[in-house]
Amino acid sequence: MTIQLHAHARAFPIGATILQVDDVSLRFGGVRALTGVSFDVREHEVRAIIGPNGAGKSSMLNVINGVYQPQEGTLTFRGNKLDGMTPRRAAHMGISRTFQNIALFKGMTVLDNIMAGRNLRMHASFLEVAFRLPRATREEAENRDVVEEIIEFLEIEHIRKTPVGRLPYGLQKRVELGRALAAEPSILLLDEPMAGMNIEEKQDMCRYVLDVNDHYGTTVVLIEHDMGVVMDISDRVVVLDYGKKIGDGSPEEVRANQEVIDAYLGVAH
Amino acid sequence: MGGFQFFLEVLIGGLLSGVMYSLVALGFVLIYKASGVFNFAQGAMVFFAAVTFVGIMELGLPFWAALLVTIGVMVLLGMATERFVLRPLVNQHEITLLMATIGLTFVIEGVAQLVWGVGVRRLDLGIKDVPLPWLADNTGIFISQLDIFAAAVAGFLVATLALLFAKTDTGRALRAVADDHAAALSIGIPLKRIWALVWAIAGIVALVAGMLWGARSGVQFALVFVALKALPVLIIGGFTSVPGVIVAGLIVGASEKLAEVYIGPSVGGGIESWFPYVLAILFLLIRPEGLFGEKIIRRV
Amino acid sequence: MFYREAGQFRTSYAQDSQIFPLRQDRLAMIALLAVAFLLIPAVASDYWLRALLIPWLIFSLVAMGQNILTGYAGQLSLGSAGFMAVGAFACYNLMLRVDGMPFLVALVLSGLCAAAVGVAFGLPSLRIRGLYLAVATLAAQFFIVWALDKFGWFKNYDPSGVITAQPMEILGYEFASPQAKYLLVLAIVAGLALLAKNMARGATGRAWMAVRDMDVAAEVMGLPLMRTKLQAFAISSFYCGVGGALFAFAYLGTVEPSAFTIDLSFRILFMIIIGGVGTILGSFLGAGFILLLPILLSVVFHAVVGQAVDASVVSAVELIVFGSLIIIFLIVEPHGLARLWQVTKERLRLWPFPH
Repeated sequence: MTIQLHAHARAFPIGATILQVDDVSLRFGGVRALTGVSFDVREHEVRAIIGPNGAGKSSMLNVINGVYQPQEGTLTFRGNKLDGMTPRRAAHMGISRTFQNIALFKGMTVLDNIMAGRNLRMHASFLEVAFRLPRATREEAENRDVVEEIIEFLEIEHIRKTPVGRLPYGLQKRVELGRALAAEPSILLLDEPMAGMNIEEKQDMCRYVLDVNDHYGTTVVLIEHDMGVVMDISDRVVVLDYGKKIGDGSPEEVRANQEVIDAYLGVAH
Repeated sequence: MGGFQFFLEVLIGGLLSGVMYSLVALGFVLIYKASGVFNFAQGAMVFFAAVTFVGIMELGLPFWAALLVTIGVMVLLGMATERFVLRPLVNQHEITLLMATIGLTFVIEGVAQLVWGVGVRRLDLGIKDVPLPWLADNTGIFISQLDIFAAAVAGFLVATLALLFAKTDTGRALRAVADDHAAALSIGIPLKRIWALVWAIAGIVALVAGMLWGARSGVQFALVFVALKALPVLIIGGFTSVPGVIVAGLIVGASEKLAEVYIGPSVGGGIESWFPYVLAILFLLIRPEGLFGEKIIRRV
Repeated sequence: MFYREAGQFRTSYAQDSQIFPLRQDRLAMIALLAVAFLLIPAVASDYWLRALLIPWLIFSLVAMGQNILTGYAGQLSLGSAGFMAVGAFACYNLMLRVDGMPFLVALVLSGLCAAAVGVAFGLPSLRIRGLYLAVATLAAQFFIVWALDKFGWFKNYDPSGVITAQPMEILGYEFASPQAKYLLVLAIVAGLALLAKNMARGATGRAWMAVRDMDVAAEVMGLPLMRTKLQAFAISSFYCGVGGALFAFAYLGTVEPSAFTIDLSFRILFMIIIGGVGTILGSFLGAGFILLLPILLSVVFHAVVGQAVDASVVSAVELIVFGSLIIIFLIVEPHGLARLWQVTKERLRLWPFPH
């Protein structure tokens, strides 16, 4: 599968480092999920994290986003060293994410799920909502506008009132992307956004991811297993194996790296 | 009578009821460990077992025959519960299952009332509820023989079951089922048989608890609330731990009695109705998984 | 055929997010309100008003409170009756000790008292969830009822043990007749139901449901978990508190702790399970169902068995039927009567065509 990548000049050229991960180590009891991992993410780029199963990729995303606290290491966001990241802080800083196993709100409709993603921009109190005071209704209409744009962008108008639990897997993943986009993030963390999809769905998803990156300049960090996708859409790649970084560079560089090849082929080390 | 002696009396009395709470709580733990379901109806089952036993005896059967029949009834009840309440809801949210067992509580209470009527019944185990003579004579401490007997029986049962779980093959199978149903099935553990066994044991535990409590305070509807007290025991001990249940039962029993006796008079009494629950909340805030429970790590 | 939406276009988001987007629904609602406010007080008998309609409205209100906490926000609570008790006693004490306290003001303040207590007992929800939280709410139930009973101040040291609720008065008019009480309760419940519906459909409800469905993801999106949960406890307890005050003042006529038992808490939970968890309509349907069922049962009993049946037998059968219905609903239609109603409406939209 080939996608003509950046045949035109980028609307948002890759900029300076927006996120710096320094020497991060994460343990769960005796299990070492991550050991001394360091890499950087540049603004407006598409950064892929790859590696065999169990390499610690999801854990890395969880650390960036504050769901797990690493025992060692630091995160630096736009030059500010962060001591202790929590999911709320991450959200306020403009980091959004999707989850490997889909973390949608199954009891709500597609529209409500994506509207929920706008919560940081809705400040009306519950009393204003209850009495339908002007600020609440205005916020609801304004944010609905933005959400409808996202729905149009992702081509899910026909299911906007469907409860999410009833949708097929591929559409659920798209809705989850929509919810993450609703927050207008500066960094989008995608955990295997194309898992379980067929060729057409993958092409659609790639198109959406690239469009978001192109159109809004959103920095994308994604975990992906499909090598074709990684080679085609990412600017740079980080390779993890057994919680350690074993490769970092452009897709071509990484593909030729012997250590990476060994890791995937399962050479004992 | 000295203050210290009185304190010992209250303490030991509390510990003894604590052992009884542990017994009731054990029924919860067994079912939770084996099927992941929190059987809110365990309390009603305690009451139902006791009232059925007494009722059958009143119909003329001798003690041991009545016991066997009641055990049979409890086993059938357990299996019916598994078949008609739990199995249809097998993949639902745990709250749904909890609510279903709350419904089951009402059904069991209703059946008990329908079949055996209301009213208090006496349960005679042949041991009088009087202070143990030699203890009273030698140390001046008054502790009921019945209480001691009840605690001994309960303790024996708890210890036996704890050993059963830990040491035998069946116990290992039960623990495997508790951990992961699908995995247990895949290594050939007969799931249905194990569940039948667990419900049978839980039913017997409920019967023994019901008989012991019934002998102490009469077999009446209020027994269901006594069983509700087992809930704080579970929380403090951890839902999945048998040793936890033992320790927590002792803690709840002792602290409840001590609070009632020493703090109670200054606030008009009745502290026992809520003290274990508030204690449980405090424990939860410090150790959400209970003293001996497993820490839950949620993978995202 | 009658329920078609052909020709009804919604041209703005505001239109799309109305409570009743279909014209037929709007007309039906207006008709219903007309019947409720105008027809019923004129034709219904005193018995119907006092024994059925007023308690139904009050329990619908309490069920809404339970729905907000358990249905929308997913926090299982077994302590609703306790919060009702707080509302009832707060109202009594406010009317008693504050000279010239208007009833409506007392009502709102009682709700706020209940809300405060709700938040206090809801604090554990920040660290514990599911089963554990349910047991913690039991603590609220037992403690509140014990405290209200033991500390004579709440009952104004009344030796008789039965406190009569004060009359409900607004601007000098006393709501004493069944019709007057009914209309007052109806107005209050309808108003609060509208507010609840608005909250549930808006950002507030979305936050609750997010916390219910997947709180990790909610946190990741920036939703303040603590504030959302405590807010749910507060609002839910407010509704239960107002309901409790109305229960004492407009229905029982007395204020006593023994009216607010754990049994009542269970019944309220049953109301929302049968009615439909996480819906406002379900609160009304469930409350009606639970209220009517005992009456229905005793009517059936007397019709079938004939002579006077022992009360304990009837209550035993009631218990069995309640419990079985809960189990059956959870298995067959976990979304309750509200979902059945919704499915019926969907079919009506197509009627007389099958699909």
